[in-house]
Amino acid sequence: MELGFFYFLLLGFAILMYVVLDGFDLGLGILYPWFDDESQRDHMMRSISHVWDGNETWLVFGGVVLFAAFPVAYGAILSTLYVPIMIMLIALIFRGVAFEYRFKSHRSKPWWDKAFAIGSSVAAFCQGLMLGSLVQGVDADAIDGSSLNWLSPFSVLTAFSVMAGYALLASCYLAMKSRGEIRDRAARLGRRLVVAVMIAMALVSLWTLIEAPEIRARWFDGYHLLLLSPLPLLSLGAGWLLFKDLGGKQHEQRPFFLAVALFVLGFAGLVVGLFPYLVPRQLTFMQALAPASSLEFLLPGVLIFVPLICAYTLWGYRIFSGKVEDFEEGY
Amino acid sequence: MELDAALLSRLQFAFTVSFHILFPSVTIGLATFIAVWEGLWLKTRNPVYLQLAKFWIKPFAITFGMGVVSGIVLSYEFGTNFSEFSRITGAVLGPLMAYEVLTAFFLEAGFLGVMLFGWQRVSERMHFFSTCVVALGTWISAFWIIVANSWMQTPAGYEIVDGVFQVASWPEVIFNPSMPYRLAHMLLAALITGTFVVAGVCAYYLLRRKYQPMARKGFSMALWFALVLTPLQAFVGDLHGLNVKEHQPIKLAAMEGIWPETETGAPLLLFALPSKEDETNHFEIAIPHLASLILTHELEGELQGLKSVPPEDRPPVAVVFFSFRIMVGLGVLMIAVALYGLWLRRGGRLYSSPLLLRVCTLLTPAGVVATVAGWYVVEVGRQPWLVNGLVRTMDVVSPLPAERVLFSLTMFVITYSLLLAVYLYFMRKLIRKGPPDFASLPEQLIGTHAPGYALAWVKQLDAHEKVH
Repeated sequence: MELGFFYFLLLGFAILMYVVLDGFDLGLGILYPWFDDESQRDHMMRSISHVWDGNETWLVFGGVVLFAAFPVAYGAILSTLYVPIMIMLIALIFRGVAFEYRFKSHRSKPWWDKAFAIGSSVAAFCQGLMLGSLVQGVDADAIDGSSLNWLSPFSVLTAFSVMAGYALLASCYLAMKSRGEIRDRAARLGRRLVVAVMIAMALVSLWTLIEAPEIRARWFDGYHLLLLSPLPLLSLGAGWLLFKDLGGKQHEQRPFFLAVALFVLGFAGLVVGLFPYLVPRQLTFMQALAPASSLEFLLPGVLIFVPLICAYTLWGYRIFSGKVEDFEEGY
Repeated sequence: MELDAALLSRLQFAFTVSFHILFPSVTIGLATFIAVWEGLWLKTRNPVYLQLAKFWIKPFAITFGMGVVSGIVLSYEFGTNFSEFSRITGAVLGPLMAYEVLTAFFLEAGFLGVMLFGWQRVSERMHFFSTCVVALGTWISAFWIIVANSWMQTPAGYEIVDGVFQVASWPEVIFNPSMPYRLAHMLLAALITGTFVVAGVCAYYLLRRKYQPMARKGFSMALWFALVLTPLQAFVGDLHGLNVKEHQPIKLAAMEGIWPETETGAPLLLFALPSKEDETNHFEIAIPHLASLILTHELEGELQGLKSVPPEDRPPVAVVFFSFRIMVGLGVLMIAVALYGLWLRRGGRLYSSPLLLRVCTLLTPAGVVATVAGWYVVEVGRQPWLVNGLVRTMDVVSPLPAERVLFSLTMFVITYSLLLAVYLYFMRKLIRKGPPDFASLPEQLIGTHAPGYALAWVKQLDAHEKVH
């Protein structure tokens, strides 16, 4: 049980790291249409070209943690969400290679701009669709040719919410990494996105509370609301502070971390609703758990390498900290 | 015709994994070369080494990028298309893949940023360290994936509980019987692939009399590497073959085109058309007794043939048979080139022999082709099993509607064809553009005190002041 819970937390950590880290670089693709000048786009790409690869590795890590610790859930969830996953993977390919080819191209540059913007947006949208389907509870047994179980009004709402959230992270990141016009525009967009994200979070929360009696019970039974009330209250506080910060210029980095805080709080809210299920109402993490021999074998690796990875990832970010300088051509 | 979802899933996996392996097989070798050159630059301060490192890092970067994006697909495809396989083998393969991500993928990604973009943001030593770590990461990654693959070829250390694999002994799983041979064979293959890519491009420059100092140094080093690595690979390959004979005799029968239940004094087939229907070969060109001699070290040695198992337990013979010949043929050619290079060195004609230079240019992709062909022998030769002798591929495919798999397969074929064309176009562009010239060397230097960074700063400040 303890080991199972540990891996459940690890899976949550991996997903959260992915969502926050790749969130801001996917988000830059979503924001792309609002920056139409080539030098601005150069600047945006340069601000993430050294980190996107590491950020995306968290997606692979989340996948293999699910595979290693919860093999039953890995197969069931992935084959059920087949179509959005495949579209996401293809979209990630296009936006990923855009980093490599864009700076080496002249005539084809607009095409790589499109590949990056559309690829990032579609990948984010698909991740939102998957989130929505998972929260609603996909019916693993209803796999047939006609079933579009991943496409519902709710999953479309979560898809747009995720896009808005990523775009918010990206605008805060961009404001932190740039000066002048790009910074100002990023901050302006960020203010609008805070409002959009707060509305989206409220809508998604209300929808799940109305639709799922067990989640309602979790929030409103007994003293639960009292214990859980910090989640919505802190979210409101963070959102308000973020909105204010983006209006002024005195804080360079705080907006980004406030946006991250919003994501952490939203994610915590999700976990509160879902725990202990990996697939709502169908599969708990204990039911999907791999045998002890596998969990114990992986444990030292996780305990040693995850802190190490966090340390050198942080080191990498520090090396490239501060504003992006336009003369840095890289390799 | 009724579409078969299982067949489509297998096709899709074969297609996506074939596409993926093209790139790591190049980057493992190239990363190692770049680390060697950067180290030699720091040691000798011979600018040719810096030029080599700076030039090759660009093809390396785009190849690496292609490997990353096509690799992410694979880590999800086990679940999407082979959900039953993931369920029953997840406890064995999942932790191995998790270790690959923990010890290799993050390492590569974390230090790649510094390697590619941090030339003048860290010290020389730190940059060199980052390059070495990236190279090391590619090796570690190869280790884990070979462990996982080898376990599927020669499963060990497991027990089956309620139809699900569980691990009884991790050392036995990791050091399963075929792992050491496959690992050595694959790492050598990757190094040789990198070697011939470098040799081919340098030969191209030498033929056109461009970038002579760099091309000479690169060509000479590559041919020295080839001289050591290619005969070693033949030796390791032979050992690997003996291992296959012991653990996967039917795969070996397909490689050698042996049909009878057992054959003594089996010939080495240089060419043949194996026929599944007739259960025999047509148009054989053979060297008598040689297969038996190589594999059993006796002229009349006995080998097991395909007919010793029912047809449904045999792999697609022709694919395995021809892939094996392509791999070995290219291997022999590469050994010959390495030896010819050594011969030419004696008269100082290494850089001026049009024959050698042309052949090397043509052989630029030889390592990649041989590696892919080798993997076809390994993977197709294991069929119809996914886990050799235990799990049939057809039994563990996701119960997906065929239309969905057809949809994704079509998308992959379109996307990957496009990407391959783009990749080759940009490789050609980078090679035609050539290395940075010596005149710009001060700006190319590594380290936080390098003048390049400061120069750029000053330029930027000037531009800034002019604006205001």
